[in-house]
Amino acid sequence: MDNEPVDFVTVLAPNGMLGAGFPEATIERGLRLGADVISVDGGSTDSGPYYLGASQPKTTRAAVARDLRILLKAAAGAGIPLIVGSCGTSGTDDGVDWVADIVADVQADEGLELRVARIYSEQDAGELKKRLDAGRIHALPPTGELRPETLDNCTHIVGVMGHEPIVAALEAGADVVLAGRATDTAIAAAYPLMRGMPAGPTWHAAKIIECGGQCTTNPRAGGVLATIDANGFSIEPLDPTVACTPVSVAAHMLYETANPFEMREPDGTLDVREAAYTARDDRTVRVEGSQFHVAEQHTIKLEGARIAGYETMSFTAIRDPHILADIEAWADLLSTVIKQRVEQTIGLSQDKYAFDVRLYGYNAVLGDLEPAQGAPREVGVMLLVNAPDQATATAVAKIANPLMLHLPTADMDYLPSLAFATSPAEIERGPAYEFVLNHVVDSVTPTDMFRIEFEEAAHHD
Amino acid sequence: MTETGPTTLADLALEIRSKNAGPFWVTMELFLRDEDGYRVAADESFLNEHTVAGLYGIDAAQIQMFRIPSLHVVKISFPRPVSQASLRDRDIHSGQHHVPLALLPVPGTGNVVRE
Repeated sequence: MDNEPVDFVTVLAPNGMLGAGFPEATIERGLRLGADVISVDGGSTDSGPYYLGASQPKTTRAAVARDLRILLKAAAGAGIPLIVGSCGTSGTDDGVDWVADIVADVQADEGLELRVARIYSEQDAGELKKRLDAGRIHALPPTGELRPETLDNCTHIVGVMGHEPIVAALEAGADVVLAGRATDTAIAAAYPLMRGMPAGPTWHAAKIIECGGQCTTNPRAGGVLATIDANGFSIEPLDPTVACTPVSVAAHMLYETANPFEMREPDGTLDVREAAYTARDDRTVRVEGSQFHVAEQHTIKLEGARIAGYETMSFTAIRDPHILADIEAWADLLSTVIKQRVEQTIGLSQDKYAFDVRLYGYNAVLGDLEPAQGAPREVGVMLLVNAPDQATATAVAKIANPLMLHLPTADMDYLPSLAFATSPAEIERGPAYEFVLNHVVDSVTPTDMFRIEFEEAAHHD
Repeated sequence: MTETGPTTLADLALEIRSKNAGPFWVTMELFLRDEDGYRVAADESFLNEHTVAGLYGIDAAQIQMFRIPSLHVVKISFPRPVSQASLRDRDIHSGQHHVPLALLPVPGTGNVVRE
């Protein structure tokens, strides 16, 4: 990889998530405009702890393969690197191998011979406990201090890498970098930082392009191109009919961030308080004034998930206006009778399991926060049961089944029959997971918690 | 349809949205239409940590508010009251939690006719 100083570096971000799709023409246009690197995010914690806990991707293989085929051919044709972050949604080692397997298939199909590096980010609980003992793990708000047994209970733990392991892979000759869990920004920042671009504009540009076209006037039209230089960066959409405006770009700094002015990375903090956004023309925005404050201590954030019981779901629906007139009383009665019947039939007290009754069409989404008044026309009743094992969760749901079919209100002298949505009504959801880590580890070096492996060159028969 | 009722924050905004910011935080943004709307939403005597605490049943001390005049934006962040994807979580991405904020009536506008 060329390490000579350059005046500017141009990063192509095809979309916000590998597998979400993009028009192929937008990639061709990005190459014509001089992209130096393609970076794309493969994951997130956005959709909850299941994907980390179970080490399963959220995206389907065919969608990831479709995007990768276009990007690998583009990178090979232009002779530029392709960087994928948080492979397989959660960035577990399985996730990296899953994406690497798809890349190998595409390379074989297309006759490509790109050199692939895998960066593994999964962490060993035993090693982390040593660092915890040494006082090198710290809680982030709103989480409390870490207990060693919490580490033991996680099914998977990943460390969220910064740009350094990706730079190390590029410097060692990778054409394609498949990173485990990485900050959304690190994948876009790595190559410009390696080529000597300043940290403030680089990290700010990386944050703005992390979701592809979301910082434009039409997020559905494809990704963006950011060009970083010594004084700032400029950004434009890859679809020529779409625009970046100062407001669309500045607004993206707010997206999915608790603090809109500062963003912590492993090696320091991006500070955009003084950043100025100006329209360079009717579809390109220039940003200057972004700062980056290098931290005294490099840190790696941990993410970990553990099993929090097993779930079974059941779903019925009510259209009867009499029941709907006081649906809360009916739902309270349902909850009360379920608890009584569970105690009578399987002798399980209320502290040994839990369930949630959700009234979809009434207040299922906001619960007690719901501001609207009045009776709905129809209500879907979801019963979600959580128990220490699957068989118990399903037993509770089956005990609830006759009630969800026939429970009358207190003033009805007959049994109504409610509208079950499926038969059988019970759906076993398997283990439920929860995120239990929100802590950082003091790094020994910026790369010591990550393992880089190169694949043998692709063999074609 | 013409409706008589108090003006709400939604009436003054281009967009009001909510989203998870990592697994442990919820964040909401009000993008106001103009300077006048921003002045109403950014008025600390109307919309403050205690107003938000009341709407969402959370501790006012945990709420962070950011007022950004250059974008006509008020941003509000607080720790998730319910653990993500747990039994009691009915909104995994916190994407619909903006509604109580959006429907908050703006003071002194009880008789405004809106279209």
